[in-house]
Amino acid sequence: MGFFLETLFGGLMAGMLYSLIALGFVLIYKASGVFNFAQGAMVLFAALAMARFAEWFPKWFGFDNHWLAIGLAFAGAMLVMIAVAYIIERLVLSKLVNQEGITLLMATLGISYFMEGFGQTLFGSDIYKIDIGMPKDPIFVFDKVFEGGVLINKEDLYAALIAAALVVVLSIFFQKTATGRALRAVADDHQAAQSIGIPLNRIWVIVWSVAGFAALVAGMIWGSKLGVQFSLAQVALKALPVVILGGLTSVPGAIIGGLIIGVGEKLSEVYIGPMLGGGIEIWFAYVLALLVLLVRPQGLFGEKIIDRV
Amino acid sequence: MIYRENGQFKTSYRADQQIFPILQDKLVILALVAFAFLAVPFLASEYSFRAILTPFLILSLAALGLNVLVGYCGQISLGTGAFMAIGAYGAYNFFVRVPGMPLIAALLLGGGCATVVGVLFGIPSLRIKGLYLAVATLAAQFFTDWAFLRIKWFTNDSSSGSVSVAGLNVLGMPIETPVQKYLFCLAFVCIFALLAKNLVRGNIGREWMAIRDMDVAAAVIGIRPVYAKLTAFAVSSFIVGVAGGLWAFVHLGSWEPAAFSVDRSFQLLFMVIIGGLGSIAGSFFGAAFIVLLPILLDALPAYFGIPIDTALASHLTFMIFGALIVFFLIVEPHGIARLWATGREKLRLWPFPH
Repeated sequence: MGFFLETLFGGLMAGMLYSLIALGFVLIYKASGVFNFAQGAMVLFAALAMARFAEWFPKWFGFDNHWLAIGLAFAGAMLVMIAVAYIIERLVLSKLVNQEGITLLMATLGISYFMEGFGQTLFGSDIYKIDIGMPKDPIFVFDKVFEGGVLINKEDLYAALIAAALVVVLSIFFQKTATGRALRAVADDHQAAQSIGIPLNRIWVIVWSVAGFAALVAGMIWGSKLGVQFSLAQVALKALPVVILGGLTSVPGAIIGGLIIGVGEKLSEVYIGPMLGGGIEIWFAYVLALLVLLVRPQGLFGEKIIDRV
Repeated sequence: MIYRENGQFKTSYRADQQIFPILQDKLVILALVAFAFLAVPFLASEYSFRAILTPFLILSLAALGLNVLVGYCGQISLGTGAFMAIGAYGAYNFFVRVPGMPLIAALLLGGGCATVVGVLFGIPSLRIKGLYLAVATLAAQFFTDWAFLRIKWFTNDSSSGSVSVAGLNVLGMPIETPVQKYLFCLAFVCIFALLAKNLVRGNIGREWMAIRDMDVAAAVIGIRPVYAKLTAFAVSSFIVGVAGGLWAFVHLGSWEPAAFSVDRSFQLLFMVIIGGLGSIAGSFFGAAFIVLLPILLDALPAYFGIPIDTALASHLTFMIFGALIVFFLIVEPHGIARLWATGREKLRLWPFPH
């Protein structure tokens, strides 16, 4: 029982991190109908920027305070992501208005190649560390309830809390602020939003910046767990089944989908994996998503797809 | 002036419905094929056969197969690498396990394996559509990556996980030198291109296109979506599977599952989109573009004598590749095939303004 719970918690926390990346996909898809394959590259780019800024800023400005450096690096990386959002909107999206979904998808793949190359040219391609002071020691919980208790990695717990906080912040931003309402309006109907005076271009820059912010937080957490390196761009492939499982258009879907995939992956790896020879994590998520889609083609929480002739 | 169809009268339906109704087109294509078969083997260097021509031919075949699915039937697939892998490993198993199995039969049977799996993974397309389907096809990709790595039976219990074939021959003729390999692939590509061209302009091809343009409307006018979609998946995965077999047997010789990773799927999708969706010629243009571009980018710094270290060079290649793809999509979202068609229209009037 203790072992099962441990796996379950491990899965939930991994799932929270998947949700963070999935969130980036959903935000952009909702607001601009672009399936953004570059989200993984954005995570890598943001994490690289932050890791290197934290190294460079103290040298450039001659101060020696770790937390100041981390804070400034975060702000710097955020500015970089806003710039990226602006450039992408200017140079790519505004030129591809009204193109088919697949063309836009391939364009974001092109962007992702570009950003992977550019990020590593600019910031270097070694493995970097982001030290945001996450404790590494594990803790025991429930040791009163049954023998041995449940071992939880404190780092994972904090990561999950940060992710949850980000989700709350984003929900408030979407529900309560004027910009958030404008974003939702654009997501509902481009033309109608435009006709009541919402500037589409600015909204797209904002939404890509918000996705950049989500990428930055995801990159920061993954980076402090695993180190900032090229493989970070691959986490996007792990977040894809989360997105379609939860539904492309649903923010809560991304969260719950992430949790389901995280738990499913860990449990399957532990309980089914040994039977099949291990390493089944990566396809299990996709097959799980595929099975859910067979029942609900729009994902668990996506808007119902209505076909009209 | 030179390129016009004045005076070419068609007096029967048969004449009107041939593949190349315009005489000049037919001549150009025949000349091109003759050139590829007869002249290229004497002109090109060994390096260009190995690094450019054979990969180009095999990848255009795979792109052709993918184009049937994505371009003609409108079902986006990110799992092409998987079907290439199934073709390759299927052919390998037939080739190694059945004594005296002829090479061509093994390749076609490998394609048959890919067909079966393709139809299996095509079944969800009846319910799942668009981008959801695209991501769902990644399930096929990751599952086969895993299966060929972990299930030892597929690799004939090879200890390293990589498999190899040797002593390829067709009817007693060895397929050893780069020129022989090139001609072998060329023959396959020509036959499959002809087959695909005939399929897409026939009854079934029109059904695929109707499904692509609007599947509900197609169903209303009496096209069975089940039949149309699954045949598209079957034909596409067969061609892709044969291409996978060729890639493994003829181009690589010895390979492991990483040769058919998700990057290969993306690469093929790039070819199809840059070349032109729903165009047979487009598959070839796209393959040429994607095969040549990295080679050119690699060669450029050395050509201009700019010293550049390899890591930076590979990052720059990535950057330029990505930027060029975005540039191409912006300039001509319908692909090189559209540029080609526009050029031909212009040529018909040239040199007169109207």
